[in-house]
Amino acid sequence: MKTLAGLICGLIFGVGLVISGMSNPAKVLNFLDLAGSWDPSLAFVMGGAVLVTFIGYRVVLNRATPVLSDVFHLPQKKDIDGQLLTGAAIFGAGWGLGGFCPGPAFTALPLMSTGIMAFFPALLIGMWAGRMAPGILAARA
Amino acid sequence: MTEFTPWASAFGGALIGLSAVLLLALNGRIAGISGISSAVLPPWGGRIANGDMAWRLAFIAGLLAAPLVVQMVSGEPIEQTVSGNIGLMVVAGLVTGFGAVYGGGCTSGHGVCGMSRLSMRSILATLTFMATAFVTLFVMRHIVGV
Repeated sequence: MKTLAGLICGLIFGVGLVISGMSNPAKVLNFLDLAGSWDPSLAFVMGGAVLVTFIGYRVVLNRATPVLSDVFHLPQKKDIDGQLLTGAAIFGAGWGLGGFCPGPAFTALPLMSTGIMAFFPALLIGMWAGRMAPGILAARA
Repeated sequence: MTEFTPWASAFGGALIGLSAVLLLALNGRIAGISGISSAVLPPWGGRIANGDMAWRLAFIAGLLAAPLVVQMVSGEPIEQTVSGNIGLMVVAGLVTGFGAVYGGGCTSGHGVCGMSRLSMRSILATLTFMATAFVTLFVMRHIVGV
């Protein structure tokens, strides 16, 4: 059941990305282009998503446990550290270069444009490196 | 130029929110795409045995199916303009993937889920990646001219 829930949530998420225009890098890059061909649409994507999530999370977290699992897996970290801000800064630079954040890279993959075929494998390698980096850096220190 | 689409964008955004709420309600998980997808990459540790691999792979399958479903239902091709500059896109992919996972989240995990939980980490991360994205785009489009 957890697997079916995952599939349905992934599908709804992906349909949302496509309908919202977030899956089109041209729209993302134009949102970021305050000094040029600005398209404010993405602010509405973020607004709609945060509004629904903000209210929905409050309702859901009134329950003792999730429906299909024993525990809510919520992030426990509270401290603002260098890794958080460095990672975010690097991620933003990549997003501004390609116009793809990770979700839209998945929804663009089946459309097989030249750009996504170059971007996607590199994204996975980057993600893998991002996961391994903290351990490697800690071992050196 | 791209057309300003406030209604479609807000509706699509609401669907993203619905997905995030459902995933927390059902599986007790945060809908962070970089978290979900980086966790299916090796090394796997105990993930396959404890069943946390299956729902992640299914979520990704849902993401991949979404554009095909939208195309089938609407009967129209999905409008998309992607740079064909292979070198640029490879660099962008590496940087995007590394930063998102190293920083503990991307637009979905920090931007949507974390900000909705009023997490200070996520709010600062979102402000940071928005700022560097704006600056990068400005430099690339208006100074370098790519």
